[in-house]
Amino acid sequence: MIQNSLAKTVVKLHVNGETHEVMVRSADTLLHTLREQLGLTGAKRACENGDCGACTVLINGETMHSCLSLAIETINQPITTIESLMDSPIQRIFVEKWAIQCGFCTPGFILNCHALAKKHPNADEEVIEEWMQSNLCRCTGYQEIKDAVKAAVQAEKQA
Amino acid sequence: MIPFDFEYYKPETIPEAIQTYQELRNQGKKVIYYSGGTEFITFSRINQMAADAIIDIKGIRECHVLEQQGDQFVIGSAVSLNKITESSIFPLLGQTVKQIADHTSRNKITIGGNINSRLIYREGILPLLLSDAKVKLARSEGELVLPLTNILDKELKIGSGEFLVQILVKKSYGSLPFASLKKTKITKVSYPVVSIAALVKDQRIRTAFSGVCEYPFRSDQVEAALNETSLSMAEKINKAVSLLPAQIIDDIQASREYRTFVLKNALHEIMDSLEVAPA
Repeated sequence: MIQNSLAKTVVKLHVNGETHEVMVRSADTLLHTLREQLGLTGAKRACENGDCGACTVLINGETMHSCLSLAIETINQPITTIESLMDSPIQRIFVEKWAIQCGFCTPGFILNCHALAKKHPNADEEVIEEWMQSNLCRCTGYQEIKDAVKAAVQAEKQA
Repeated sequence: MIPFDFEYYKPETIPEAIQTYQELRNQGKKVIYYSGGTEFITFSRINQMAADAIIDIKGIRECHVLEQQGDQFVIGSAVSLNKITESSIFPLLGQTVKQIADHTSRNKITIGGNINSRLIYREGILPLLLSDAKVKLARSEGELVLPLTNILDKELKIGSGEFLVQILVKKSYGSLPFASLKKTKITKVSYPVVSIAALVKDQRIRTAFSGVCEYPFRSDQVEAALNETSLSMAEKINKAVSLLPAQIIDDIQASREYRTFVLKNALHEIMDSLEVAPA
């Protein structure tokens, strides 16, 4: 049985293909741990309520709000953050399609799009819309983001 | 950030979970069973929920079952809403839970957590009410299977130390005509103004509602009105709405008058889509 007392404990997290030791309280969210312990600041702290998607990461390949996951829950599970997609084709697509304004929501959108393209390379408009409703862009650059997502899905299909 | 500390336990078996709960309770601690955890984290963050220890049931194999066993569907309480939808195991349930929250959240929210929610909506329970679902509870005295309605009094009444392991639905309900409709105020991702799940069994329509009153419900009186063959569609719906088990909600999502208007239209839509044949 995995267990953790009230004290801070050292646990291992598997992030972007590497194993890291972090010191966590049971109450620490994955978002807090990624940012404060590992310096992975791509996952953004915004609503902290699972509403905006800015903190999206992948756990076991599935999109998750890292603000709604305890770090301790994710022991033994592969975690993917936006940092692992540096210089990736999907990053280039978002740049080329101008699917960026202030950039704050962009990591969440890219990770969501990445998971979508992997899982549904034939995603239609309805599926794309359903998935992208998980993320908010306060600059309201949705049309460009939608274009980028479509292009990324298309690229994955052809890969 | 969650402003208090708690102990975390992730047992691998039901007896281990029950024993851990009892030991912690004997130490005078407040203990909560934890599954998806979205509600625990969001409420704890704003000091509206607290615990000295949480027991994460996601390590228990039985809570992850999602399959047909004999003549029934077995759905573990820790199965995520998205997994239920993707499995197509019980299409009415899959379609109904697909309307809850957003796609990313549905990777974390579990069916057990949804039907046990502190919020009033608990939309995942609607198909279970329509399909006479049973639940399997883990208790210190052993497992107990009983009809869902036996532990439902506006909300689930699960005893101290007990937890929901599985939901059992007769397979025959998976092939019945159904409809599921959620009406929100503005955006698709929102709490319901009105949410209705319906299915047709033996040429009679069954309906269950969320967002209409302070708790999700299925009502014999409402269904009797909707199945009254001597009435026109409009008369059936007006009579059904007059027989609701509690007052219609009046809140920031919708005024009582508007909610009543939306409810009637939604019922029309449901009845039309199911093309309920006269008995």
